[in-house]
Amino acid sequence: MTKHLSLAANIADADGFYERLIRLHDGLSEAESQLLNAKLVLILANHIGDEQVIAEAMELARKGVGEAHAPTT
Amino acid sequence: MPAHAYRRRPFRPAPEQQGKAGRGGVAIVGGGPVGLTCALELAAHGIPSTILEEADTVSEGSRALCWSKRSLEILNRHGVAARMVASGYTWNTGRVFHGARELYQFGLQPQGPQEFPAFTNLQQYLAEEFLHEAVARQPLIEMRWLNRVSGVEPAPDHVRIAVETPAGPYRMEADWVVAADGARSSVRRALGLDFTGRVFEDHFLIADVDVHAELPNADRRFWFQPEFGGGDTALCHKQGLGMWRVDFQLGWNIDREAEKRPERVLPRVRAMLGDHPMEITWVSIYTFQARRLARFRHGRVIFAGDAAHQVSPFGARGGNSGIQDAENLAWKLAYVIRGLAPDRLLDSYDAERGQAADENIRITSRTTDFLTPRTPASRTLRDAVLHLAADAPFARALVNSGRLSTPTIHTDSPLSTPDGEPWAGGPPTGAPCPNLALAAPDGFLLHHLGGGFRLLIFLGEAAAIPPGLASLLENLPVMPAPGIEPLLVARDAATGPVRTLRDDDGSVHEAFAAQTGTAYLIRPDQHVAARWRTPSFPAIAQALARALGMEDKA
Repeated sequence: MTKHLSLAANIADADGFYERLIRLHDGLSEAESQLLNAKLVLILANHIGDEQVIAEAMELARKGVGEAHAPTT
Repeated sequence: MPAHAYRRRPFRPAPEQQGKAGRGGVAIVGGGPVGLTCALELAAHGIPSTILEEADTVSEGSRALCWSKRSLEILNRHGVAARMVASGYTWNTGRVFHGARELYQFGLQPQGPQEFPAFTNLQQYLAEEFLHEAVARQPLIEMRWLNRVSGVEPAPDHVRIAVETPAGPYRMEADWVVAADGARSSVRRALGLDFTGRVFEDHFLIADVDVHAELPNADRRFWFQPEFGGGDTALCHKQGLGMWRVDFQLGWNIDREAEKRPERVLPRVRAMLGDHPMEITWVSIYTFQARRLARFRHGRVIFAGDAAHQVSPFGARGGNSGIQDAENLAWKLAYVIRGLAPDRLLDSYDAERGQAADENIRITSRTTDFLTPRTPASRTLRDAVLHLAADAPFARALVNSGRLSTPTIHTDSPLSTPDGEPWAGGPPTGAPCPNLALAAPDGFLLHHLGGGFRLLIFLGEAAAIPPGLASLLENLPVMPAPGIEPLLVARDAATGPVRTLRDDDGSVHEAFAAQTGTAYLIRPDQHVAARWRTPSFPAIAQALARALGMEDKA
């Protein structure tokens, strides 16, 4: 059976997670922050592994961003 | 080692210029590796050809460099491969660096004994010299130097070609034209065909360097942001005869002419290879393109190699795919000319090699996107991959410094018969057979395949030929033309009623996922056309017809 992206809350301490994510960028320049985010995306995507789940996550993330130039799929 | 002395070939008036107008045969436009290979392959099938080459010497500068194992397997039929290996630098491993740090190494050679290395680095002009020696031994090939094609006019049953020479122009007629005249193909221009695709906005400096010092041997080395500077990325290959190939990524906004001057090139090379006496023997600045003709076959004019498709060189997919084009085309053209197959067998050249070109364009474009990120975000992601690669094995798989040439598996080829039984392992239909070691003195498997259709029949552990196979073998000789030659593969030294290859250690059986009675139908280009667990005469006859383009569906 194909797995789908889960959008139900899955992190017990939501506020704690969000705080850690923001703190991770403390003291970084814009470029350094972008590098960090990119590394994090790659690490998490590899951990998930399931290409269908990743594709759905990509689609959801792209939704509403840069509508004027959204790629036609 | 002095720079290559380019031997100038004399012009000889063509027969057409001496009133001996000859009509017919195959005209091959372009005497580079693709045209020469095509002529040699055609000659092996008994088909004469005429090569029209506008220059009076082999290719200047080293250009194509890394010859793949598959290319050597093809060229080995013409006595060229051993010379290339002996004169070249052979390698099986690639090393990837980020700054001063080595990220990882990758091996390219499968397990087990191999006849040829994964890659042989030999400058193109030397490869061409060896091919010309083979051409000179072949009476079916006429080599015409200083013959520049200026016009091509297709007619329903022949092609008229206008040729310019030092002794003036002449016209010739050919039954078929193979356009192997490179990225700036004059045949393509003459037919007004579009050659569109992507241009990558970056410049790469490529140079051949003669270093007058003994440097340690080194397989392919690639650097992202090299510590020695010189460019965003750098690539270094050892070549034959003590030469080195270096490549630096310079970016988009550069002064091309200035960057080619020795005073700009030498400091880059010295920073990479060390402060040795050296001489730049060839230098060029490239912009990479990924493009192809929409169709490779235009009636009696058929395009091969760079004339048909172009890719960036990271991955060695230009020259090697051209050699495979030549091989794929030659047997089909020969069979059509000899009346053994219908004209539409040639359409399968477009299907199969078009698929290969698409694959090579897709793979090399992904490499170029990694080397030359098009947006700030893709550059950030690229840098993130490089950051992670030293610590995280998964990120090494994302590092793309070139995916090196492997032969295309012609999946869904119109010539292949789909499997009728479940298969796990073995070369699938459309794949070239692996060149496995046989028990001495049989050498390697590919020495026994090619030229015509072969049926590889595996005997497994059976001590005698099972009755079903025995009757199949009795009936095979009445197979319609061009016929099929059976070849038994035996675990034991059993002598069969037909030629038998010995697989004492069972490695060939294993690689083909073969049991007693398994059979593979192999095409003249050593690719698998069909395979069966329980072969029957009618099924084989049908697969042969399909592999000759005689029917649509299995």
